[in-house]
Amino acid sequence: MLTRFLLLLMLLTLPLAGWADAFGEALELLLERKFADKEQAVPALMVTGDERVRPLLQALLQGELRYRASDRQIYFPRDGKSIAVLSGQALGEIAPSEAKKINLNNRMRSQIKSALAELNLAHADPAKRLQAVNALLGSLDAETIEVLRKRQQSESDESVLEVMALALSIADLGSGDEAKTLAAIAQLEGSLNAQIRGELLRLQQTAESEAVQTAAARALASIQARLDWYATLETLFFGLSLGSVLVLAAIGLAITFGVMGVINMAHGELIMLGAYTTYVVQLLLPNHIGISLFIAIPAAFIVSGLVGILIQRGVIRYLHGRALETLLATFGISLILQQAVRSIFSPLNRSVETPAWMSGSWQVNEVLSLTLNRMYIILFCLLVFALLFWILKRSRLGLQVRAVSQNRAMARSMGVRSEWVDALTFGLGSGIAGIAGVALSQLTNVGPNLGQSYIIDSFMVVVFGGVGNLWGTLVAGLSLGVANKLLEPWSGAVLAKILVLVFIILFIQKRPRGLFPQKGRAAT
Amino acid sequence: MRLTTAVKRFTLASAVAAGLGLSSLASAADTIKVGILHSLSGTMAISETTLKDTMLMLIEEQNKKGGLLGKQLEPVVVDPASNWPLFAEKARELLTKDKVDATFGCWTSVSRKSVLPVFEELNGLLFYPVQYEGEESSKNVFYTGAAPNQQAIPAVDYLMNDIGVKRWVLAGTDYVYPRTTNKILESYLKAKGVAEEDIMINYTPFGHSDWQSIVAEIKKFGSAGKKTAVVSTINGDANVPFYKELGNQGISAQDIPVVAFSVGEEELSGIDTKPLVGHLAAWNYFMSVDAPENAEFIKAWHSFIKDEKRVTNDPMEAHYVGFNMWVKAVEKAGSTDPDKVAAAIIGVEVPNLTGGTSKMLPNHHITKPVLIGEIQGDGQFSVVWETEGLLPGDAWSDFLEGSKDIEADWVELKCGNYNTVTKTCSGQNY
Repeated sequence: MLTRFLLLLMLLTLPLAGWADAFGEALELLLERKFADKEQAVPALMVTGDERVRPLLQALLQGELRYRASDRQIYFPRDGKSIAVLSGQALGEIAPSEAKKINLNNRMRSQIKSALAELNLAHADPAKRLQAVNALLGSLDAETIEVLRKRQQSESDESVLEVMALALSIADLGSGDEAKTLAAIAQLEGSLNAQIRGELLRLQQTAESEAVQTAAARALASIQARLDWYATLETLFFGLSLGSVLVLAAIGLAITFGVMGVINMAHGELIMLGAYTTYVVQLLLPNHIGISLFIAIPAAFIVSGLVGILIQRGVIRYLHGRALETLLATFGISLILQQAVRSIFSPLNRSVETPAWMSGSWQVNEVLSLTLNRMYIILFCLLVFALLFWILKRSRLGLQVRAVSQNRAMARSMGVRSEWVDALTFGLGSGIAGIAGVALSQLTNVGPNLGQSYIIDSFMVVVFGGVGNLWGTLVAGLSLGVANKLLEPWSGAVLAKILVLVFIILFIQKRPRGLFPQKGRAAT
Repeated sequence: MRLTTAVKRFTLASAVAAGLGLSSLASAADTIKVGILHSLSGTMAISETTLKDTMLMLIEEQNKKGGLLGKQLEPVVVDPASNWPLFAEKARELLTKDKVDATFGCWTSVSRKSVLPVFEELNGLLFYPVQYEGEESSKNVFYTGAAPNQQAIPAVDYLMNDIGVKRWVLAGTDYVYPRTTNKILESYLKAKGVAEEDIMINYTPFGHSDWQSIVAEIKKFGSAGKKTAVVSTINGDANVPFYKELGNQGISAQDIPVVAFSVGEEELSGIDTKPLVGHLAAWNYFMSVDAPENAEFIKAWHSFIKDEKRVTNDPMEAHYVGFNMWVKAVEKAGSTDPDKVAAAIIGVEVPNLTGGTSKMLPNHHITKPVLIGEIQGDGQFSVVWETEGLLPGDAWSDFLEGSKDIEADWVELKCGNYNTVTKTCSGQNY
């Protein structure tokens, strides 16, 4: 009786012990030094079917998994405690020098991603399941197809089923059976998925049956037509987004140079100050990256605007009407500002973080995706333009600015304090440059040379658009951006820039006053 | 009494005078001058200032060990201000006015080309610590950075054999190093059977920031059903918006890995590395390498620069190796005479920071290990692949027309530009 009981007990515990061992052994593989050995860990873990595998893999992918150097115990942090993977127990305090990170390489990352996708196929959340099937599309093998077929029967969500059907059709394409392949091609026609395109290309070139070859060729042709259409849309978007950056950089200059006639070589540095303001605001609010951007916009306006007023009151007003001297003096100021930033913030670039809602892209379909940061910048540019336009055309300050720039003497005799208006106008233009800096900090490097790379472009846009005309600046910036992007794939980035510059020079020869010249008395 | 005091005074005075004279004589004769020719201002200051500090640290450590040939080393620092013609002037100043015994310096290829005639004319010694495009071997220059076969070619081999890459994007900034490297890589890939349409070459200006259409093009190029990788010789600042755009357009390192030749720890220390995780870099040294020499070097660097956060990088290691080789050669020759040192340094072996031993070769290049690292979230690299043993640097690429027949050998041939077909030594006036 007793022996029987013991035997039963042994039978019960044996497989359990075996399971725990397999998991433990697979876990050990993660600590191997050579990646060739380490890469065995994920498949080994998947074989065990242990429920600890999913949280383990998630922690591993996110780089949270650590091991203690002294006893090579693998753990991950949860709620401020270190939980051992094997036992599930808290390990207590672990010194930072003891905590070693488990590093991954790209092959392991893709292993883990498809392993997690496989595990997530049974997830309760349909969105998670959809994600899982999509992730599996790229790595279809006999095993995953089998899993998908099984899952298809129990799946209830429409969109998940759709992608599953797609995955199984892709599998059919490679099945070698003619009828199956033809049916799959018919079903997949018009789909933009890259995986499918690759399979169809392969079929077109290597399929034995002629019917399959022609069907694949036809499907590819219809796909290509749609691809070309989306590629054109994409180029247009790229052009508009480059154009809106140009407009943002130039629009402040359109006021100081366009309306007031001051050649301000320090304009680029005012943009740079705006970008550094963003950096400082982020430093002050390290936990609210999203909000910090909204605070940075008015802050940058004020900082750059004040510096602008200082430049105007301190230097430019004494050089009124002497263009060459203004140019040299503001060039000197630009060098001073650059060096000041180098001394305060170091000559190295500063890293400005992009908030989560601005990274990534909006996936319109399989081939067309619009990057979010660029979309926000286009919107932001239009907003700034509208606001500025309103100030100049509708507000009292705008009226005075226009009055002073058109006829200073007359405006003064009407009681306008022209000196004061000059300072405010310059401050407004400089402040807008600061706002442009906030936008640019999200796109490019924040460093002392930031301004220099935009000053030439800004002048180009303002001159091309017609001095003293806000609409001109908008149209010129956007069209230069689109022209640049249309040329780029054909000529390369370096030549595209040169071609645009040559075009502008020729254009200015023909129409010295730009796209939208000012008419009437104001023009003289 | 009076006399004795006078005598005493005289002897004292003469003793003091002699002492002073002796000591000044001693200090004049007892130092060996080492020139440091790195830009401390201008665009290159970001990278080169670190190398100046590295040299000062190495010299200080050597002096603590008792100097060299019983003399102290004296650093002479000049600032060529990222201005290429000024490099030549400063080099001349170091060699004629300061009479330095060896010079460590330059970063860009154009600055090296600018000082080359000066070092050859005045017979100085230059140690150049940065990876470069090759196609050069001067009697007066020792190249301690990687030649193309010690960085670009092994990286491509890794992608081809270990990752299974079939389509290639060669993206670079528009200047001499990327253009020459890409020319070498293109003919190498073609020799390996890669078709013309599977190679895409793209150049962008310095500081390029609008990467939208290029990244979109790479994405399209990579969606043809074959594994695609980008080999990047993009320089400096332009890398940040490039990687950001890759991230935004949803291209991860698992889809299309980017292997970079100009992105190291120093470049990563100023930026948010989240979008870069998993992308690759090929170097001969990484700060994360687990070797006792490296741990010691990092410790010394941190205590010298008084900042625990400063990183170390590949050109720093090249200076470490180059300086130690020079020290050994001077000890071997028993003199600092350039000709004697240049003869003695060939074959000198010193430990490098990755646990191996680097050797100076007759073509004035050194042996180096090649490491491929993946960028981690903390701005460091984790090594995913390394060559078995060390690779000898090859001055003239075997994969370029016109260059594959040329050899450099300063021991047997006494020539840096010897054509093995026509059996002549041409160019560079040797």
